[in-house]
Amino acid sequence: MAKAWKERSILPGFGLSMGYTVMYLSLIVLFPLSAIFIKTSGMGWDKFWETILDPRVIAAYKISFGTAFGAALINSIFGFIVAWVLVRYQFPGRKLVDALVDLPFALPTAVAGIALTTIYSQNGWIGSLLEPHGIKIAFTPLGIMLALTFIGIPFVVRTLQPVMEELDKEVEEAAVSLGAGRWRTFTKVIFPALFPSLLTGFTLAFARAVGEYGSVVFISGNMPMKTEIAPLLIMTKLEQYDYAGATAIALVMLVISFITLLIINLLQWRANRHVTSA
Amino acid sequence: MKRTQRSLLARFGRFSALTVLALSLAGVTACGSKETSSGTAPAAGDGAKPAASAKPVELLNVSYDPTRELYVSFNKAFQAYWKKEKGQDVTFKQSHGGSGKQGRSVIDGLEADVVTLALAYDIDAVQKAGLIEAGWEKELKDNASPYTSTIVFLVKKGNPKGIKDWDDLIKPGVQVITPNPKTSGGARWNYVAAWGYAYQKNNKDEAKAKEFVQALYKNVPVLDSGARDSTTTFVQRGIGDVLIAWENEAYLSINEFGKDKYEIVTPSVSVLAEPPVAVVDKVVDKKGTREVAKAYLEYLYSEEGQEIAAKNYYRPRLESVAKKYENQFSKVNLFTINDEPFGGWTKTQTTHFNDGGIFDQIYKP
Repeated sequence: MAKAWKERSILPGFGLSMGYTVMYLSLIVLFPLSAIFIKTSGMGWDKFWETILDPRVIAAYKISFGTAFGAALINSIFGFIVAWVLVRYQFPGRKLVDALVDLPFALPTAVAGIALTTIYSQNGWIGSLLEPHGIKIAFTPLGIMLALTFIGIPFVVRTLQPVMEELDKEVEEAAVSLGAGRWRTFTKVIFPALFPSLLTGFTLAFARAVGEYGSVVFISGNMPMKTEIAPLLIMTKLEQYDYAGATAIALVMLVISFITLLIINLLQWRANRHVTSA
Repeated sequence: MKRTQRSLLARFGRFSALTVLALSLAGVTACGSKETSSGTAPAAGDGAKPAASAKPVELLNVSYDPTRELYVSFNKAFQAYWKKEKGQDVTFKQSHGGSGKQGRSVIDGLEADVVTLALAYDIDAVQKAGLIEAGWEKELKDNASPYTSTIVFLVKKGNPKGIKDWDDLIKPGVQVITPNPKTSGGARWNYVAAWGYAYQKNNKDEAKAKEFVQALYKNVPVLDSGARDSTTTFVQRGIGDVLIAWENEAYLSINEFGKDKYEIVTPSVSVLAEPPVAVVDKVVDKKGTREVAKAYLEYLYSEEGQEIAAKNYYRPRLESVAKKYENQFSKVNLFTINDEPFGGWTKTQTTHFNDGGIFDQIYKP
């Protein structure tokens, strides 16, 4: 089997590097994930269904996936604009803004959570301005979405930047010379070329947000059925030393995440094909 | 050809070094609790023989959040005592985090010589995992808890809402801050204190106690996941009128944020919080540290150990030290978790805090 591959491959060392890749992925990804299945299998089917179909758990899934999706969507729109500005314009302090984008990567999530809550709670700088208008951010799903937007923004910007830099100016110029207006150039020429990487950025931001715990627990207020995220419920199960129950919830999150990523990947593949054939 | 191969191999070597790095990083971050070392690292910490030879020895004390300052000063004291007593150098590693999470770290293989946690329930869980022998709570005096605390209220200076006792917390318009008992050990003590008060006041009527606690949690606008987070919510964000807290935490808050901003209100009835300590039998037998680990915990009961506990606002057990510090702590009628109607932590956990328990029934926003 390896022989057939070997003949086609020019570079030597395929066996070594392939073996290494499989081992590495197993150690880092597959073994820990399989532990989730093994731990969960300790409980019977009845108990499993009872755990994952509990109304409180379902509400938490909705909150976790819904806010993660919303945050990824916001990031896709505004991250796109930020990346565009950073790539296409020269202005003083551009390097600084560029560095700022990475900040959510570097900051411990708990610190982010505390900072956001301080600013957006009813007595904070921004929260106190919104309070009279009846807008509450901290301790509502809106606050969760805010925290998830914060941690997700670098993914979209960093995915789009290199692709934007690669864009051919000539193509845009050609479009203009053929009589397309600015808006039409953008929708027909620029955006389709960027769409696959935008999807990638969206996916990364979404996947990261679904599992986020540290920054959310401060701003969510952790109200059952309203602002409890699924990772918090996993924590409450662990507090009762109920490992099986905790991994059952984790397993469902894993499966939903996997299916979501699969769908997005399919979309991406189609978008890619569309671009290359166009 | 040869060169490509060599460079590939060289690359491979570099990558595997990276793998090792990544793995070790994963290992380090997997237990997200903060460890601090005090003293210098020992030359050979592993396999130190019982103190016959005066080889340096290192102890890992896995504790919960509010004891950090306490054990920093206690470790220094014990270090000096042990050097004098046995001529052996002891260094310490401390690990702090939420009590339940710390218990799980030990179960999952964190090699703690001693555990000093918030609830007997967490040490019982370590025992069930086979790391501690049964009967640990009888190994040391006073249910194996050398220092105690109780549950009090922290209010804004001048007590604008006039909060004097538990009944004031269920009045409409009073916002109470307390963490989530599902995720915080400290929050469970708060809940038990409220329940015990209502139970005594209503002539041992459990239904009335349940009503009272339900009314209390109706006034809770935010359920933070840990005791320190609740303190942050109350003190730094100014949310709520009263914070239910451990007495030692309340003192620390006042010292940190100023006596001119907050004051402590001690209720008429509260719970005697007894944070227990235990030697982790499996680990000390493996490392050969039983003697020093046992002496370490016993030293908590000594005059010096009790003095350090009192300085850190834990209530001392030793009569002589308690007398010396009696002005620091207000008088309060205390019941324990082993009294009626609770019957110990394991039973209380099952009845009140496990999924589908009483807390889940009463707390519906």
